[in-house]
Amino acid sequence: MQEKVKDGQSSEFQVVGTRPLRPDGADKVTGRAKFGADFSLPGQLVGKVLRSPYPHARIKSIDASAALKLPGVKAVVCRDDFVEQSSEFIPAGEMMINYRDVVRNVMAREKVLYEGHPVAAVAATTAALAKEALRLIKVEYQVLPHVIDVVEAMRPDAPLLHEDMFTAGVEPAPKTPSNVAKRLEIGHGDIAAGFKQAELVIEREFTTKPVHQGYIEPHACVASVSEDGQADVWVSTQGHWVVRAHCARLLGWDIGKVRVTAAEIGGGFGGKTVVYLEPIALALSKKARRPVKMVMTREEVFKASGPTSGAHVRVKIGAKKDGRIVAAEAELKYQAGAFAGSPVQPGAMCAYAPYDIENVKVIGYDVVTNRPKVAAYRAPGGPISEFGVESVLDEIAAKLGIDPIELRLKNAAKQGTKAAYGPKFGPIGMVETLEAAKAHAHWRTPLGKHQGRGVASGFWFNIGGETSVSLSLNEDGTLSLTAGTPDIGGLRASLCMMAAEELGVPLDKIRVQIGDTGQLGYNFLTGGSRSTFSSGMATVEAARDVMKEACKRAAKLWELPDDAVEYNNGGVRPAGPNAGKHAPMTLKEIAGIAGKTGGPIVGYARINAAGAAPSLATHIADVEVDPETGKVSVIRYTAIQDAGRAIHPSYVEGQYQGGVAQGIGWALNEEYIYGDDGKLQNPGFLDYRVPVASDLPMIDTVIIEVPNPRHPYGVRGVGETPIVPPMAAIANAVANATGVRFTDLPMSPPRVLKALDEARAKGSAKL
Amino acid sequence: MAKHHITATVNGDPVEFLCEPQETLLDALRDQLNLTGTKEGCSTGDCGACSVTVDDRLVCSCLMLGVEADGKSIHTIEGMAQGDELHPLQQKFLEHAALQCGICTPGFLVAAKALLDKKPDPSETEVRYWLAGNLCRCTGYDKIVRAVLDAAAELRGA
Amino acid sequence: MAHVTLIGNLRQFTGGVTEIEVAASNVHQLFARLGEKYPALLPHLQTGSAVAIDGQIYQDALFQEIGPDSDVHILPQIAGG
Repeated sequence: MQEKVKDGQSSEFQVVGTRPLRPDGADKVTGRAKFGADFSLPGQLVGKVLRSPYPHARIKSIDASAALKLPGVKAVVCRDDFVEQSSEFIPAGEMMINYRDVVRNVMAREKVLYEGHPVAAVAATTAALAKEALRLIKVEYQVLPHVIDVVEAMRPDAPLLHEDMFTAGVEPAPKTPSNVAKRLEIGHGDIAAGFKQAELVIEREFTTKPVHQGYIEPHACVASVSEDGQADVWVSTQGHWVVRAHCARLLGWDIGKVRVTAAEIGGGFGGKTVVYLEPIALALSKKARRPVKMVMTREEVFKASGPTSGAHVRVKIGAKKDGRIVAAEAELKYQAGAFAGSPVQPGAMCAYAPYDIENVKVIGYDVVTNRPKVAAYRAPGGPISEFGVESVLDEIAAKLGIDPIELRLKNAAKQGTKAAYGPKFGPIGMVETLEAAKAHAHWRTPLGKHQGRGVASGFWFNIGGETSVSLSLNEDGTLSLTAGTPDIGGLRASLCMMAAEELGVPLDKIRVQIGDTGQLGYNFLTGGSRSTFSSGMATVEAARDVMKEACKRAAKLWELPDDAVEYNNGGVRPAGPNAGKHAPMTLKEIAGIAGKTGGPIVGYARINAAGAAPSLATHIADVEVDPETGKVSVIRYTAIQDAGRAIHPSYVEGQYQGGVAQGIGWALNEEYIYGDDGKLQNPGFLDYRVPVASDLPMIDTVIIEVPNPRHPYGVRGVGETPIVPPMAAIANAVANATGVRFTDLPMSPPRVLKALDEARAKGSAKL
Repeated sequence: MAKHHITATVNGDPVEFLCEPQETLLDALRDQLNLTGTKEGCSTGDCGACSVTVDDRLVCSCLMLGVEADGKSIHTIEGMAQGDELHPLQQKFLEHAALQCGICTPGFLVAAKALLDKKPDPSETEVRYWLAGNLCRCTGYDKIVRAVLDAAAELRGA
Repeated sequence: MAHVTLIGNLRQFTGGVTEIEVAASNVHQLFARLGEKYPALLPHLQTGSAVAIDGQIYQDALFQEIGPDSDVHILPQIAGG
């Protein structure tokens, strides 16, 4: 069941809000659409990576001479083929990147820091020869002790990953290096005074495991470097301008020499916002003077591409008997993998963001461990911290005898609330999602045996960023729209719809494509729930540019001033006192005379989109727990979230449902399992268990619309927030069903069964 | 290693290709026949992105060798539409927005067609269990299941 | 004068000060004024900061206007996934 709750203001749109077929649909259902591994160039070689078998070791020597002698091997690269980088943060488009870490993650230099860390790569005429060549490369390692767990890594005697890591954010700066890259603190008010006022204080510790974004398409690219140094890359990515920047930097080339084309992308969720294979493929292609294609195996994806952090979270909340929260504290320890940069900062900022709390303090630690470098995963950092907070709120509600939705309503952030991370909120939909949850039939439906119900809310920011769009009016009145943020799941449909809405033309008269880095100005990547917001804003601006120019052309023909002509209903007509003096001209007619009246009509937008506004959600989950096996089945789920304005409701629902499914996997089954040897034991989909169709019920959605006043259509980014509430919603439901509160994820059957048995022994289990 | 000469039928057309003994059917389809609609997600038979039918039997083409295709009739996603006309499953997937990134879509369509060819009136549970071998990370399966049930209804009614 | 609040970690570059009044009509001027007063702070403003002006968060927007009584917060930059 999918519903939409309007904010009370009816919108009279012709196209926005409807559900047309997506323009890239036919190619996707026939197999015609080309993803990263579907592209090939004549004469291409196969590239393969030699990866460290050890979680931590110093590299003493690399000898590729035998590999180079193998017939069919055309190039070998290792650390010497990439430019050493300083440790200062360099702008890469909009992000500040420590390239010293990036170059080392792409290709190890002094040390290998995780099992799977690239040490060398070859390009050969066949895959079999490339694999044979890898076997012939001799690497001498000095194996070092390793550390996998975040709390272990923080101990003073833990094996040290980086000799020059001195914890930032600590005064005075520490004299000895450690694995703690950074300590941060945010908050406001007086936390000690706040807890003094509290009539109930609950403090809990939680652990979560690293989980992978789990995109079905492994990383893949084809790189081709010409003799004159011009380079082309075809790659499945969330951000091809970012890929261009990273590759140019790591190889020491001019950015303008590198052209990157974004293939269709088979899932990213944040994991394809970074580079792994691309700089290697380019380096190999330059040496071999032939195109090089590189595709990761599933095992490589798990071992060597970034999962998200595992973490240790401590939450302490103080409330009055009436449910008002007076003090909220958290301590977050997130592991970053081999190099600094876990999402502990946004995790800290989000933890209490849905609520209006006078006294807040969140401390965070960014800790390195001998695991693959963490990459962004849908609302990075948010699900982990909010899992802890939403679980403790649930306990508070239960102890105070207050309905968990009422408790949240009592403390909900609203327009004007000072956010936990500082600024005051503009209009936000927290209250609306809670009210909708309260009113939903799901909340009132009786539960059966061994069943439990949980509710949780969630917050994620959205971002804007640099965006360029080009909209050409073709000679026959059709339009060609070129945007630059890769379409990860329906963007092209929404962009077409916004353009059609503005221009008053039928949808099928607009053809949309995602351009390559040579065709548009800079575009920041698709991530941060930004593409519909930013590329949408730019598309609207470009469309208005076309409309304005169309008016100008007609004005010239009619010998009227520019502002005496208005755009209306897919065409132009004289306005005001001149109304009716000339018959209106359709956009098609204007297009037909564009060449003669000044040249091609092309609308451009090149902006740094600002005005992105957060999306809030409240989810309700019903579970059934099998008392004999500990299996938790999700039997009903409702996701309620504020979209601002749903351009194409089906794809907004799709984001809600997809985030929920990932959150359920994170809650119930997904985890990286390491042996004592520091090696990953489950690098495949059989043992890294993501939800399958038989695991899930239909996922009901409710789209709330509290328009974002800063976007022409009121859009809020929706892609990330849906993954935030599920872990707590499910943990709260399991607590409701069993009487046992789970603070360690995942709640897989053996763990649930063990906890049930322990609770039964104590007499505190409900089943 | 010497290549084998394989003769088979793919999507109704006679084909011939050369492949090494260790190449999978998936490799042969993608690399020898340039039919890249069938995808590689895991190469261990866990994700279903490589689903094809071989003599009307649903298989993971990554778990079958190219040489085993000799004399067989194989159907891939490229053979599903009839000229300009999409198969009702393809059409329903579009109408229900049952795809986001689309990488799993060919596998789901082939698997769903194999189900409906055998069982024209499956229940929701039967659809979910039949498709449990096809992983989707984007949609949460809701719209996929609805699309399959809707296509089944149309095929029964048509 | 804009009322400027610095998020937690930045206080170590201002000797513990987290709230400051600054005369600035845009973000670029704001960073310059703050940098004059607290030189150690400047690189951290130029690198990895976002600025919230009256509740709206801006990233990489040097010429975003700041009003005479604006409420300004300097936050870490937010990316996404």
